[in-house]
Amino acid sequence: MNKPQYQLELQDIQLSFGGLMALHEVSTGVKKGEIFSIIGPNGAGKTCLLNCINRFYHPEKGTILFENRDISHMQPHKIAGMGIARTFQNVELFAHMTVLDNIKLGAHVHLKSGFLSGGIYYGRSRAEEIALRKDIEERIIDLLEIEQIRKQVVHALPYGLQKRVELARALAMRPRVLLLDEPATGMNLEETEDMARFILDINEEWDITIILIEHDMGVVMDISDRICVLDFGEKIAEGKPEEIRHDEKVIKAYLGEEDITYSRLGA
Amino acid sequence: MEILLQVIVTGLATGGLYGLIALGFVLIYKATSVLNLAMGEFMTLGAFVCFTVLTQIKAPFYLALILTLVAAILLGFIVERLILRPLIGEPIISAIMVTIGLGVILKGLIYMVWTPTFRNFPEIFPPKPLNLGFAVVPSGLWWGFFFAIIGMLIFLLIFKFSRTGVAMRAVASDQQAALSMGISVRWVFALAWCFGAMASVIGGIVIGNISGISVYMGDIGLKVLAVIILGGLDSIGGAILGGFIIGILENLTGLYIDPLIGGGAKNVAPFFMLVFILMIRPYGLFGKKIIERV
Repeated sequence: MNKPQYQLELQDIQLSFGGLMALHEVSTGVKKGEIFSIIGPNGAGKTCLLNCINRFYHPEKGTILFENRDISHMQPHKIAGMGIARTFQNVELFAHMTVLDNIKLGAHVHLKSGFLSGGIYYGRSRAEEIALRKDIEERIIDLLEIEQIRKQVVHALPYGLQKRVELARALAMRPRVLLLDEPATGMNLEETEDMARFILDINEEWDITIILIEHDMGVVMDISDRICVLDFGEKIAEGKPEEIRHDEKVIKAYLGEEDITYSRLGA
Repeated sequence: MEILLQVIVTGLATGGLYGLIALGFVLIYKATSVLNLAMGEFMTLGAFVCFTVLTQIKAPFYLALILTLVAAILLGFIVERLILRPLIGEPIISAIMVTIGLGVILKGLIYMVWTPTFRNFPEIFPPKPLNLGFAVVPSGLWWGFFFAIIGMLIFLLIFKFSRTGVAMRAVASDQQAALSMGISVRWVFALAWCFGAMASVIGGIVIGNISGISVYMGDIGLKVLAVIILGGLDSIGGAILGGFIIGILENLTGLYIDPLIGGGAKNVAPFFMLVFILMIRPYGLFGKKIIERV
């Protein structure tokens, strides 16, 4: 069998906190351009997995390959420069800055100029870089429909909008892979639908690979290309939404009772 | 009236110095959440390094200043790397306790190297006082004020507009998010300590120049603590304004209260203010309300 070409590949990731095994030899891979969802009951290790990719956590075992480069021992702040951006389960915005400043900070990683760059003219290439950034900022603001709040301070915004701003900030990093940790949590139906649409747009128009953690099964089943299911730190299934929906192990893990789970998984 | 204006001007000039040192406190606090209680000793060390370069090598002042700033950068890096970094993840109170210990150790080292003798600073500023017409500012104070304002402006500009400053603000606001944006939190911590140390050594040099240097001059750090509590621990503007308020308050107390009770009130006034502000507005004038005081 031919080994599929992964953009991001996790091999035998093992992570524990004291005696608690958070991830047990999890191996999986994400192909370029797909929407890859990670689901599982609470405490299954989904966010832990993202934190490993992000290097916030250091797995005791295992390798993480991104575009054929081993990033398992990279410093956490260098991950952004590799082209991996993320959002957080509980919104982690710079609360006292405006929406636009938050988005601008996302582009921080692309500013290579030195220590004191404020207001000094750096010649043509820099001017171009600034123009490009402005263009991208505008496109992001358009795409996510946050035009009217761009000058507002973030902490005063409603939760749903904050989540959108966080997504905008991650996009400003011009990532090739975007890790989304429960982007639709705490949203009403309409907001959830918007978010699903945004994710699809980002994936198709911007050509960004998406790794998604989400509890809303409707969204997950609708937009995912492939799904990986974790339970108690172990991978119990991986495949297309159709396969996952009918996977016995998955159904068991979710509630242990077939009927209820069927309805919950939307089958 | 004449004397009142004179006292206020003196207060403003002193306040500028307090503001600069307070800024050092705040830069470290904002980025790392650690209150550096060894700030006064940083100051003393800076003053002694500058003094030694001036008197032993007979270097011109600008060279001594540069060398002292370099020493401050080294001090900041070393302290952050060797003492504070291993404590990341421990309760903040441990880190603060450690800075008290660091202060005592630094004081001891200064005592050993330079002995506890009181010394006068060589003349580094032109001795001519500044005559404003309504008040006269002694040379040391006027130049000190000048340096303090320049120092504050530079730190403010860096913090508000440079890339480094943006990174520092991001880290102060949300470390995880900053990390995920490609900002090295460790580097920002180290920089904050360097900036803090630099602000305090400039303060040390200037204060040493005004009132001479000894191993005990670091006690002024405690007074600056009153300044930052007043201004609000995490507010740069508050630190600067707090500096001026405490400076003026101190000198006014010296003018009006000291004669009544036979002296001493001037030195205690900032601490009365400290207690007072903690009672009515524990987060200071401009501080975030979430700061807890235990």
